[in-house]
Amino acid sequence: MTAAPDHTPTFARLSVGEQLAKMMPVLLVPLLVVLGFLAIGAPSSWLTLTVSGLAMGMMIFIMASGLTLVFGLMDVINFGHGAFISVGAFVGISVLLALAGWTEAPSLILNVLAVMLAVIAAMIVTGALGWGFERIIVRPVYGAHLKQILVTVGGLIVIEQLIHVVWGPEEIFLTRPEMLKGAVTFAGAAIEKYRLLAVVFGLILFVAMRLVFRRTKVGLIVRAGVENGEMVEALGYRLRVVFIGVFIAGSALAGLGGVMWGLYQEVITAGMGEEMMILVFIVVIIGGLGSVEGAFIGALLVGLLQNYVAFLAPKLALVSNIGLMTAILMWRPQGMMPVVKAK
Amino acid sequence: MSEPLLTLSGVYTDIDQYHILQGVDLTVPRGAVTMLLGRNGVGKTTTLRTIIGHWKAKAGSIMYDGQDIVAMATPARARAGIGFVPEDMGIFADLTVEENMILAAVSGAPDPARLDWLFGVFPPLKTFWNSQAGTLSGGQKQMLSIARAMIEDRKLYLIDEPTKGLAPAIVSTMAGALRDLKEQGATILLVEQNFAVAKALGDHVAVMEDGKIIWTGDMATLSTDAALQERLMGLSMEAAQ
Repeated sequence: MTAAPDHTPTFARLSVGEQLAKMMPVLLVPLLVVLGFLAIGAPSSWLTLTVSGLAMGMMIFIMASGLTLVFGLMDVINFGHGAFISVGAFVGISVLLALAGWTEAPSLILNVLAVMLAVIAAMIVTGALGWGFERIIVRPVYGAHLKQILVTVGGLIVIEQLIHVVWGPEEIFLTRPEMLKGAVTFAGAAIEKYRLLAVVFGLILFVAMRLVFRRTKVGLIVRAGVENGEMVEALGYRLRVVFIGVFIAGSALAGLGGVMWGLYQEVITAGMGEEMMILVFIVVIIGGLGSVEGAFIGALLVGLLQNYVAFLAPKLALVSNIGLMTAILMWRPQGMMPVVKAK
Repeated sequence: MSEPLLTLSGVYTDIDQYHILQGVDLTVPRGAVTMLLGRNGVGKTTTLRTIIGHWKAKAGSIMYDGQDIVAMATPARARAGIGFVPEDMGIFADLTVEENMILAAVSGAPDPARLDWLFGVFPPLKTFWNSQAGTLSGGQKQMLSIARAMIEDRKLYLIDEPTKGLAPAIVSTMAGALRDLKEQGATILLVEQNFAVAKALGDHVAVMEDGKIIWTGDMATLSTDAALQERLMGLSMEAAQ
């Protein structure tokens, strides 16, 4: 996307200290992995926990990416985001249950096809739900944070109850497709196939999102809109339309995250999205509001830390992420890579 | 005075409980630079923001190029050919200079010939083409802000204090760029506190006080009448330079 004629730019070189400070959020992930290794000791346990943490982080990132953009673009605090996670899980898992013949067959092609259909169905339904949610619930309360919290929590409760009406009040247990069951052994560590898949899929999705944001005009508009929506409009772009698109895409991604989380946990409940929202909000806050890259790093930190601490000191697992958030906010009060400045 | 491109008639704008514009009547002729002058806080920035649509006029009409744009949303006004350079420059700090310029070229990719001209006017933009805009100096950010408005032909440029807080050398660059734009026949409504720049660029003047236009006329008339300057703005342009 180079528009400049030939030129030879010159830049003042940053000092090593400045470069390190800039890179620090990114370096936190390998640093945590190394610390985890030193604390755990046994390489096989460490490897298993690391892959598990990365998989968990990727899934949280998928759920959080839409929320951080919605907040960044339109300053909307959407507690209803959790509902899309739950609905996505229920729709996706329903498709998988309906395609039991495919998921139980020892065929990678049939298994992957079934998962893809489940994911597509979940994303379509949650995308459409997101569109309706924005139109009916969010639109009347732009610019009013307290009202946003109240009505989006209300929307979350209503949708959770509707899940009970459609799918019943009980949790649904499921098994993963045949070829995604079990583990592979590597360096003495048993690594679940599904977790590996989640890591790879999450990475592909992150790279794809980054490409869209860096290499397309729509991506530029979204990034610029997060930073200064008023100026984007003054250039001639209809930010409302972009926002609705992002809201729908973010809802669909939450639905995708719901399917993946359901397959990860092998059980789904109407309240699963609400429960996940604690981690999702932590990721959005420590990543820096409006930052997809920050959410990605934040999600990996949350996933890794939760798994390491659960192994080392199970009683501390629940508070570990709150501790992480506190530490990061003391270091960088606006999160690691804030795009939206504190208002 | 040539045919007006923009005419504000009885425009009132409130910001929260404050009545900022209280019946602004302003005419901006085509192909000329109209200076909007006045003390701080009299409503100059609000006038520009009302024209671009960031603040909604609660009464009055804004006739632009033959149509009333009061009910039009900001993006539609911009697409109708109004370029806006806000007082805070409004650059996208997280984007590179190149990305800022690509975004500003709404109708497609930036025209290479136009870019070459802008690089000639503002050389640092070429030097820091791939740098994050947030890392530029204040003057360079202002250059980017103005270049962004100039990357495509606009019918009307609204420019809010482009020399504010800049070093004299950069002020001279800014004034040169605006002079180039003027020589191309652009229509500009310019808020400027630097009287030397205002005097050099302005064809027409509108002076504001308490949310209203209290005087309009030629720059030649105002710049040679110290008593009028004292009466309208509380100081003489010569003394302020």
